Amino acid sequence: MISMTSHVPIKNIQKNEYEIKITKSIYPVKVFEKNCPLFFCMRGVRIMKDYNEKTIHKLNLVAVKIRKHIIEMLYRANSGHPGGSLSAVDALVALYFSHMRHNPKKPRDPDRDRFILSKGHAAPALYAVLAECGYFPGEELKRLREINCMLQGHPVCLDIPGVEASTGSLGHGLSFANGVALAGRLDKKNYNIYAMLGDGETDEGQVWEAAAAASHYKLDRLTALIDRNFLQIDGHTEEVLRLESVRDRWSAFGWHVIEIDGHDMKQILDALDEADAHKKQPSMIILNTVKGKGVSFMENNVDFHGVPPNEMEYNLAMEELNLLQEKLEAYS
Amino acid sequence: MANPRKAYGETLVELGKKYPNLVVLDADLSKSTKTIMFAKKYPDRFFEMGIAEANMISTAAGLASAGKIPFVSTFAVFATGRVYDQIRMDVAYSEANVKIFATHGGISVGKDGASHQMIEDIALMRVLPNMMVIAPSDAIQTQKIVELMAANKGPMYARVGRANAPVIYEKKDLEDVKIGRGITVEDGSDVTIIACGTMVDSALDAHKTLLKQGIKARVIDMHTIKPLDRKLVVKCARDTNAVITAEEHSIIGGLGSAVAETLMDQGISCKFKRMGIKDVFCESGEPKDLLEKYELNEKHIVKNVKQIIKEQ
Repeated sequence: MISMTSHVPIKNIQKNEYEIKITKSIYPVKVFEKNCPLFFCMRGVRIMKDYNEKTIHKLNLVAVKIRKHIIEMLYRANSGHPGGSLSAVDALVALYFSHMRHNPKKPRDPDRDRFILSKGHAAPALYAVLAECGYFPGEELKRLREINCMLQGHPVCLDIPGVEASTGSLGHGLSFANGVALAGRLDKKNYNIYAMLGDGETDEGQVWEAAAAASHYKLDRLTALIDRNFLQIDGHTEEVLRLESVRDRWSAFGWHVIEIDGHDMKQILDALDEADAHKKQPSMIILNTVKGKGVSFMENNVDFHGVPPNEMEYNLAMEELNLLQEKLEAYS
Repeated sequence: MANPRKAYGETLVELGKKYPNLVVLDADLSKSTKTIMFAKKYPDRFFEMGIAEANMISTAAGLASAGKIPFVSTFAVFATGRVYDQIRMDVAYSEANVKIFATHGGISVGKDGASHQMIEDIALMRVLPNMMVIAPSDAIQTQKIVELMAANKGPMYARVGRANAPVIYEKKDLEDVKIGRGITVEDGSDVTIIACGTMVDSALDAHKTLLKQGIKARVIDMHTIKPLDRKLVVKCARDTNAVITAEEHSIIGGLGSAVAETLMDQGISCKFKRMGIKDVFCESGEPKDLLEKYELNEKHIVKNVKQIIKEQ
């Protein structure tokens, strides 16, 4: 059993580890509370960063810890969705531990960047990230899906600090993100909005209504990320209901499309910077991912879409992840 | 006569001044729902969402999460049934401060036929936790209700019909109107007619006709179906021992059901009759012909009252 405390490992990253190149300063520099462990991650200026190896390495280490949380949570809860949680981890870590301006102590800060998990079944990944950031005690993770507890099977915005939208019924999140973006524009705010969709989720017609609206309204502060792991409950996405060409579809809807390896931390960070810098169009980052990423027998295995690990699988998975963690720690 | 839709449009324009955070969304029906009046006055705060209602509802929830007061409008069929899941998740479950104001409710939509005659919306919205459900009865009350919707937090659904409606109230009558509090429009001791929306006026006509025949019918304008004014329902049942409900909606799940549930829960036994669409889809036709065929007018209220009284 790993300990499930709310220790924030990212705390150790120092600001000077970034090599920051200021390309243009279009926003006023805003300093958030210095006692916030994440203040150094908050971008007060428009920057193109060169992420050094050490930074990437530390984020990768956080990602392993998040994956361990996920396995632990699902094993304890004896239900939930490992596959799509594990594939989404790296992008979530990049967003919350490096890219977004947010403050766990002020979850309702009107100037915060927003993240909306449209694929609500990846809740364990989001919860683990929020707990590691300090939005709520890590102890809560142990009680995922339990009665009289905070962490519902799917995200609820009312009760869980850091959760922006109640999701779980697929296809809503991008529309919700559009609404937040429109409000931000009206209020002349500088916050950015990020929404993560599952690839199977884009079967839903509402996603395309939202895609059309975001492009019509030129919501350039909106970046969507699609967790392109090619698997949904009934099988391969291209067999269930063909999605390709994902890139062409989103381009045709008027989006700026960036396609990357969704498990390559540097590529994710660069793509997020590029998406933020892109104007007059919303951006879509296609994260080419592996469902179940990080646990060998869950990888590309559709059987682990919505089935938790049994005891043997749990032990195996933790062994693998512990090994990976040790390797990464040894390196640092 | 005055049009509740127009009253809605005009009120939005007024409220736009009072609430700088009020925004309006419509799905290619702004000329019919009259949100176009707001769009002309406040183009920056009006969002034309195209024929994409699901996206409209969830977008409104996003706007609400960032502190806006979104009013969302389209026809009642598209504002509820088509987007039930979006309302359920993003509005009701999330307790979003979204105001859904639907027009063209009920069968008096007329010639467009059953596809456009929404008779299930009150039932659909009433079953959602956190949702308030309102059916204003005339243009003056519509104005008041829209003001209250903007002033009070939380998910709300309101519906009006398409047609011009007789004016029942003067502004001063409605100063104390509250969401969740029924209005006793006419007093009486022989029977209570509890009506909402377009049926309130028919109930008042029935009241006059009955009075000439020596029957004193109390008329309640139950503009808020949820939360229902249970105290008033119970009091009326005890006072008059006979209750008739009338709504331009299915007899299943609407005002009639809400009143029946309340009476049963309170252990009250009285003469009782629900008037509404009797679990059928209706058809194209002139509104007045439809209301006659489907037994939802003054004449049928009178008939039902006499029958219920005779049974006593």
